[in-house]
Formats: sequence, C-alpha cells, structure tokens
Amino acid sequence: MTDTNTLVSIAAKQTGSDHKQSAGPNTLTAKMRVDNLSVFYGSFRAVADVTLPIYDRRITAIIGPSGCGKSTLLRSLNRMNELVPSARVEGHIALDGDDIYASTVDPVLVRRRVGMVFQKPNPFPKSIHENIAYGIRLYNPRMPRSELDDRVVHSLKRAALWDEVKDKLKQSAYALSGGQQQRLCIARTIAVEPEVVLMDEPCSALDPLATLKIEELMQELKQDYTIVIVTHNMQQAARVSDHTAMMMMRPDRAGEMIEFDDTQVIFTKPKDKRTEDYVSGRFG
Amino acid sequence: MASSFTRSALDHELQSIRDDVLRLGSLVEEQTERAVRALKDRDIDLARQVVAVDERVNQLRYKIEEQCLTTIARQQPAAADLRLIVASMHMAVEMERMADHAAGIGSVVIRMGHEPLLKPLIDIPRMQVTCCEMLHQAMEAYITGDVALARAVVKRDEEVDQLYNQVLRELITYMIGDPRTTPRATYLLWVAHNLERTADRVTNLCERIQFAVTGELGDLAPEEDEN
Repeated sequence: MTDTNTLVSIAAKQTGSDHKQSAGPNTLTAKMRVDNLSVFYGSFRAVADVTLPIYDRRITAIIGPSGCGKSTLLRSLNRMNELVPSARVEGHIALDGDDIYASTVDPVLVRRRVGMVFQKPNPFPKSIHENIAYGIRLYNPRMPRSELDDRVVHSLKRAALWDEVKDKLKQSAYALSGGQQQRLCIARTIAVEPEVVLMDEPCSALDPLATLKIEELMQELKQDYTIVIVTHNMQQAARVSDHTAMMMMRPDRAGEMIEFDDTQVIFTKPKDKRTEDYVSGRFG
Repeated sequence: MASSFTRSALDHELQSIRDDVLRLGSLVEEQTERAVRALKDRDIDLARQVVAVDERVNQLRYKIEEQCLTTIARQQPAAADLRLIVASMHMAVEMERMADHAAGIGSVVIRMGHEPLLKPLIDIPRMQVTCCEMLHQAMEAYITGDVALARAVVKRDEEVDQLYNQVLRELITYMIGDPRTTPRATYLLWVAHNLERTADRVTNLCERIQFAVTGELGDLAPEEDEN
C-alpha cells in the first residue's frame, strides 16, 4: 500500500514543487525599511508619511489609482527622484539598516545596489552584448574581457533571454521584440549585481505572452533579489507579488499608503473599504 | 481625485448567482416539506414526485457552479465579490446534498408502501419544520449579509439534534420491546437521520455566509446568550 509520504513525493515530482514551507510572516527580514517618508516636489507633497517594510527576496507590489504617488515612492527607494529638480524627501529609507539618504552616501552606489526597470523597454542604441557590458564596465572598468563576457552570458541566462539571442549578440538591441527588449533591460539591471530591483510597470507596454514571461522571470529572480513592482494591473499584482501596499490620494492630493499586507489578504479580505473597492474594480 | 463607480456586468452576474442560490434554497425547502408530508399522508405519488424533482435540483446546482466559474473567468472578481462567488458555489453543493436527504425520505416512503406506521408522527414533523425555518432564515442571512442571523440559525441545530435523539431513544425502546418492529422502526430512523443531516448542512451554509461577509473560515459557534 502506498503511504502518504510517497504520495506527497509523487505529487511533488508531477508539479515540480518541492513542498518547501514558505517562510511565515515572523521569519521575514526587511531588506529595506521606509519610515515616515514624505516626498515633495517644491511645495507640493506627492507622498505623505509612508512607513513600509520591503521584505528580503520577496516581491512587493505597490498598487493604487493614478496619481497616488506609487512611482514617486518607488523612485525614492533608489534616490532616482533626486534627478527631478526641486524634489526632496523627509523621513528615512534604510537599506540593510543604513540610511540611503545620509549625506555621506553616494547616490550612484545606492542605484547600483537598488536597480530599476522602467515602463517602456529602453535599451541603448548599441548591440545586445554592449547593452549588458556597458553597466558592468561602468562599475568595473578593469574587468578582463573573458570575465566580462561571462557576466554578459550569465545575465542574459538569468533574464531568460539567452536562448533567443545567443546567436546575435552583436546585433542591435533594437532588433528585438518589445518583450525581449524588456528582458534585456532586466538583464542589464541585474548584470551589475544589485540586491533590490525596482520595476515601474514593467509590462504595461507588452502583450499578454511577453507579460507572462516577465512574470515567470520575476518568480525566478526573487530567489536572489528583492523586487518592488508598481503596477496598474491588479491581476498582475495578485499573480506575482507576496506583499502588497495599497496607496490612495488624500484630499490635499498627497499620496498615502492606506494598507499593507500579504497579497493574499489584500485580494481576498482587505481591511480598508477603499482597498476593497479598488481591488474589486469599484474605484478608479 | 478617484471616484466610485459600479461594475454593472459583474453586478448583474452576481445578482443572477444570488437569485439562483435563493431559487435552489426555496426548492430544497419545498422538497423537504413535501417529503415529510408524503410520509405523514402516506402519499406514495407525492414521494415519487420528490424523488423525480431531485434531478431538477441537481441541474440548478450545476448551473450555479457554471455561473460562478464563468464569472470568475470573465470578471476576475476580488475581495467580497470573490468571496460571495466561492461561498455560493459551496452553498449550492451543500443544498444539493440537502435535497438528496429529502429524496432519501421520499425513497423510504415508497419502500414503506402502505405498511402502517409504527407510531404516530410527532417529533419528525417538528424536525422538518425547524429544518425548513433554519434554511429559510439562512437564505435571508445570505441575501442581507447578516452574520448575527446566521449565528442564530446555527444555534437552532441543537433543537433538531435534541428531537433526533428523542426519536432515536423512542424507536430503540420499540425495537427492544418487540424486535419484529425493527424494519418499521428503521424506516423512521432513516427519515429522522436525513432531517438531522439536513440541519447540519444548514449550519454549513451559515459558515459560508460568514465567510462571504467577513472572510473568516471555520466553525460559526452560536453566540453566548446576551443579557
């Protein structure tokens, strides 16, 4: 007679799962911590008093209606918003416990540890190989050619693009499809070995199949990277993320975070009525 | 500024699911009442009708399940909408089984033929009335999202359990007193058992109503008496 353990292992083989217990909320460690963050553009407060943990090697989704400060919050996580004149922040953001806005911290180094993938694929007007190699060389100008090539191949494999481009590394990145270009941008981002990857609506310019490929890739990448994604597509947030932060615009037009929880809770029994209305498509 | 709006297609589909769940509830209530009436009146034709109508109940259950699946696939509901759909699916299955209990009573009546009843029916009709009232109230709680009412319904399961135990004890004394009564006592025991299970299933409905409203899964314990 087949015992239960045998049946479980047969099921695991069939589904490809190893039945590892997922870490419960108590075992999560925060890779980043946002504490009382407000972001201003001049006198306008775009984000108000956000406090949020970004858990290590998990996918955190930031959702909410247009104009609620999602992208502003995301950009503040690697000091990208500093590129906007008149932008300033109040509060703290810590990466592994260290304040990324401390005066002694170089924003370029923050951006190497916290990479970003943008809404529209934006490859450089160079070859596929050069798109990846460029960033690596920026941080390691003396890296030997063979090691550089290995890193390029590794990044393309990690971004699930290698099989499609291995025979045309010298061709222009512009020859790739939109979905391939976006995976190239992800390969370029992870080539410099960041710890956190920020994604600002990475699939909004892609067709459903290319979108699914990116989502699959995100599940792969979270084994090694902490991912934060801003998305307007609630089904995508529900499909890919482990945790979800829900943002709304206050009457003074500042964005605030109204709820943060496990994604499963946000999409099945949210606590805030506004989250309930938004995820059920009754608020937009 | 964000604004509220309705999702008319989703709302229409949810309403249609609710309507069919109510229809199923009403049909099951009717089946249970008719099954026990067939026993009281020894009306074999009515019992045959109860058994035949069970197929209609099955069809309605499958229709509700299909509607729920289609709504999930087409509308991608979340939160309270999703919970209502999932709860409705479970409730449809539960009610279809309740109708099986009614059909089971119908089959017992057919099998008894015109054999005289072992004893006058007192507690079995009471069980049926309580079951039907419980189901009716559960449907009301489902439509109004009234968890307190659902909890009150669960509490009434004790009434049915007590009546069942009473019937059981009484029939056992008959069987001990005169073993030749065993077949006739067993018929009534089957009927009472079907009604007892029906009430249990109403409590399952109430747990699903609680889930639809609050998201909490699990036993719906009756509230302590309030002062």
